Amino acid sequence: MHGVFDIVGPVMIGPSSSHTAGAVRLGLMARKILGEVPAKAEINLHGSFARTYRGHGTDKALIAGILGFNPEDERIRDALAIAGEKGLDFCFQTVNLEEAHPNTAVIFLTGQSGRSVRVLGASVGGGNIIISNIDGYQVELTGQYPALITIHRDCPGVITEVTRILAHAAVNVAFMRVSRQNRGETAMMIMELDEQPAPEVIAECQMAEAVQYAFAIPAI
Amino acid sequence: MKVIVNFGTIRELIELAEQQGASLHELIIQREMHDSQQERNEILSRMEVNWQVMKASIERGVANTEKSLSGLTGGDAKKIFAYRRQGYMGERVLAAAAYAVGISEVNAVMGRIVACPTAGSCGIVPAALYAAQQERGLADEVIVKALFTAAGIGMVVDQNASIAGAEGGCQAECGTAAGMAAGALVELAGGTPQQVGNAVALAIKNLLGLVCDPVAGLVEVPCVKRNGFAAVVAMLAADMTLSGVDSVIPVDEVIEAMNRIGKALPKSLRETSEGGLAVTKTAQLIEKKLYGSGI
Repeated sequence: MHGVFDIVGPVMIGPSSSHTAGAVRLGLMARKILGEVPAKAEINLHGSFARTYRGHGTDKALIAGILGFNPEDERIRDALAIAGEKGLDFCFQTVNLEEAHPNTAVIFLTGQSGRSVRVLGASVGGGNIIISNIDGYQVELTGQYPALITIHRDCPGVITEVTRILAHAAVNVAFMRVSRQNRGETAMMIMELDEQPAPEVIAECQMAEAVQYAFAIPAI
Repeated sequence: MKVIVNFGTIRELIELAEQQGASLHELIIQREMHDSQQERNEILSRMEVNWQVMKASIERGVANTEKSLSGLTGGDAKKIFAYRRQGYMGERVLAAAAYAVGISEVNAVMGRIVACPTAGSCGIVPAALYAAQQERGLADEVIVKALFTAAGIGMVVDQNASIAGAEGGCQAECGTAAGMAAGALVELAGGTPQQVGNAVALAIKNLLGLVCDPVAGLVEVPCVKRNGFAAVVAMLAADMTLSGVDSVIPVDEVIEAMNRIGKALPKSLRETSEGGLAVTKTAQLIEKKLYGSGI
């Protein structure tokens, strides 16, 4: 059974929990995955998002999230203008992704350092989201839990080593998923955790054998 | 003492209240403390924040003249509020309708609201409770407790039917909200837990079958005005109950019926805008104007 504040709540900016509040969270999640201030956002909208985004303010909501606003921020309605002031370039396109969830957005972000990320996610109702693809890796990320993401070489022992570090820090793993594109090449692991890991824990994961990149994203 | 409060139906919730001599809101607060592992004060103050946001959205709503992004809604709550002393229904009922429409207009102009249980139905519970607060001079902390009762009712409907228009049609959103509001109003008036359940049954029963067919896919037509109608249904269900009128069908069976009806609704009437009002001639003209030929 859901909790009290799933029914009376959340506090949000309208008009739609899926097309507005969920869209803010998709944008915010993409920003956290990029891990730096975005300079450019190219967004593809599919299905109901493509059809109704102007009327629901889905475009404003996604950009607001990319700017780092949360779903109850009253600046969401002015997000497109604020993006202009902050030097965030953005563009929207409508696409047909066939079988994807009707409220799907593909967000390509480029950071100020030039680093870029491609995040595919859907707003699945009530403000809830699922990120299902990051840079070609199949993932499943809801933003309800803090998450630790590693990009590493696909070889034995990486999962053990990272979970050992977490266990040592008494951080419990709630959900996890490992994904790779080709055997022995680069793999991605996503762990949703019961608490946010301390910076030194993330640093230790980053140092682990075969790990190229480890970073944490907070619950949003 | 901390008790584990477990209920899956309104009946079970009522029985727990009767056995323990506890109020419904108290049981629901206890359950939330257990499930979230948070202190009572944290939970109460979080709900207090929700109530303050609700009140602010009412104040903004009844003064609102801004049109929504689509231009389809905006300014009606102000008209109803100005007219409230002249109508058939009486000042308090018309004020409540204005509050509910007003909150929904705030939602439509990308203002701040509290989903209750959803954004599309966000006006109903706060409007009914604010009207009661005005009428009876109730303190905010009393209303905050009533919001827990409303939440508990919504939790059961969510569990046993649905609160999403895409799953169960509008009965799942506005119907649930009216049930939540009716139950909370009865508790506020000093009604028994039995009577709370009865009011939920009456309110939901009279919104059963309501479909979700929004024009151009937006949370505006018929949603904004419907919030006003549903707030009035909630108040009538509470008053009928307090006058001694019983629902023949018990509340949990009404919720089961809502679930069955939701499952029987075609997809075209569940938030897809492929049926009902959304495909009327006027709606299609509106859609064409808003989106051009579409994609």
